[in-house]
Amino acid sequence: MEFLNDFKDQVSTAYELLAAGWGVQLLWGIAWTLAVTVVSMLIGAMLGSLVAAAKLSHRGGLRFIGESYTTVFRGEPELLIIYLFYYGGTQVLTGVARSTGSIGSTDILNMPSFLGGVLAVGIISGAYQAEVFRGSFLAIHRGELEAARAYGMSAWLRFRLVIVPQVLRLAVPGLGNVWQLTIKDSALISVTGVAELMLTANKAARSTHHSLLFYTVAGILYLVMTSVSTPIFEKAERYTSRSFTRPK
Amino acid sequence: MAFDFYLSTMWSVLKALPLTLEIWFFGIAFGLVIATGLTWLRASGSKLGEYFTRAYVFIFRGSPLLVQLYLIYFGLSQFDFVRHSPILWPILRDPMYCTIVAMALNTAAYESEIFRGALRAVPVGQIEAAKAFGMSAFTRFRLVTLPIALRLALPAYSTEIILMTKATALASVVTIMEMMGTAQKIQHDTFRPIEVLTCAGVIYLLLNLSIARLFAWVEYRLSPHLRPPPEQSQQIRPVPEVL
Repeated sequence: MEFLNDFKDQVSTAYELLAAGWGVQLLWGIAWTLAVTVVSMLIGAMLGSLVAAAKLSHRGGLRFIGESYTTVFRGEPELLIIYLFYYGGTQVLTGVARSTGSIGSTDILNMPSFLGGVLAVGIISGAYQAEVFRGSFLAIHRGELEAARAYGMSAWLRFRLVIVPQVLRLAVPGLGNVWQLTIKDSALISVTGVAELMLTANKAARSTHHSLLFYTVAGILYLVMTSVSTPIFEKAERYTSRSFTRPK
Repeated sequence: MAFDFYLSTMWSVLKALPLTLEIWFFGIAFGLVIATGLTWLRASGSKLGEYFTRAYVFIFRGSPLLVQLYLIYFGLSQFDFVRHSPILWPILRDPMYCTIVAMALNTAAYESEIFRGALRAVPVGQIEAAKAFGMSAFTRFRLVTLPIALRLALPAYSTEIILMTKATALASVVTIMEMMGTAQKIQHDTFRPIEVLTCAGVIYLLLNLSIARLFAWVEYRLSPHLRPPPEQSQQIRPVPEVL
């Protein structure tokens, strides 16, 4: 009975704290987390397709660059990459601004935290996406490329009409995995001061001393985000492969 | 001057390598124990075990490790019984132990899925052959299922171990001075983040590359039956007519 009362107290405190404004803050945190994830995925898609092309290239030099990119950015701790872009960006910006005289010799020009974080997470996401794109390209039936060549299609036409549509179709499941990974990586950019979900939960926990409550809520919200995206990607997979399902 | 700075930074970060390896090792070791338990629970066929492992995997794979770490380090200490427990409190008030606990719980979720997949991928024919030989369930598991499943699990397991190496860097956010924490401190003292983080990055990369090489070697050693015989691999032999 006492346990039940205790539980009731906990729930009402939780409700009061969330209604007192932290709930809205956490919702904004979700919005920022999604913004970071989407922008990072887009940066990653651009870099990833270039790196995949480099890795598939016939030129040794390009292949080496592609290989190094995926090895380095999948092999380093995410936190290190984020620090490198945020603090390293500050170092570069400050150096440039000081030498041009736009700030005083003791001032510091900070890297915008959203930009630094998104670049870092985007570059990491790009390394994983490159592998997904490369795998999808290799899964395209060789005969289709040969047929396109036999029709006299130019390289650009082959790329646009044969390669891109198929790579996109085959890459959907892999991109779903990278998306989940990127959502989780986005929690790390709280260290640079972007007010996404993790940092908001952190602030709430520190200022109210209810860390258990806020970290649990944050955890649940991340679970909601990752589990909501699963059926979306499944649907996308069904949609893009609708002409490849076996007739019943 | 610049070279000296790189050298001294490299050396300071390297001195923190044992601590990183300690977190890494214990995280992986405890994670393996938990993962084995989870896999067993899932394979045991009980409905309750299946629900539990499904929920466990869903929770620990669906949320960031950082949230799990904060929840364990900052969150659990709010319970009175945790603070008054003579067993739990010494573990949960220490950031080092908390990191190890968080990493072990997290990696166990991923590993149990890897092991489950590997167990399912053991060819049915091999198990049937073992049954036909009259092997007991335990002998079958020890001599047929387990060796094959371990070899099948190895590539995915090595990926997971590399993810764990990367995860040790998170210990720095709960004040542990492992490699990342040390690099952070030097960076704050000198305001030369690019140089310092490059040094740390080189060490992490070398560490991960050697782990990957080690696993590749183990995999090679464990699959001699899958390699083409050395003297015949050069030439293509004609397919016999009997087929």
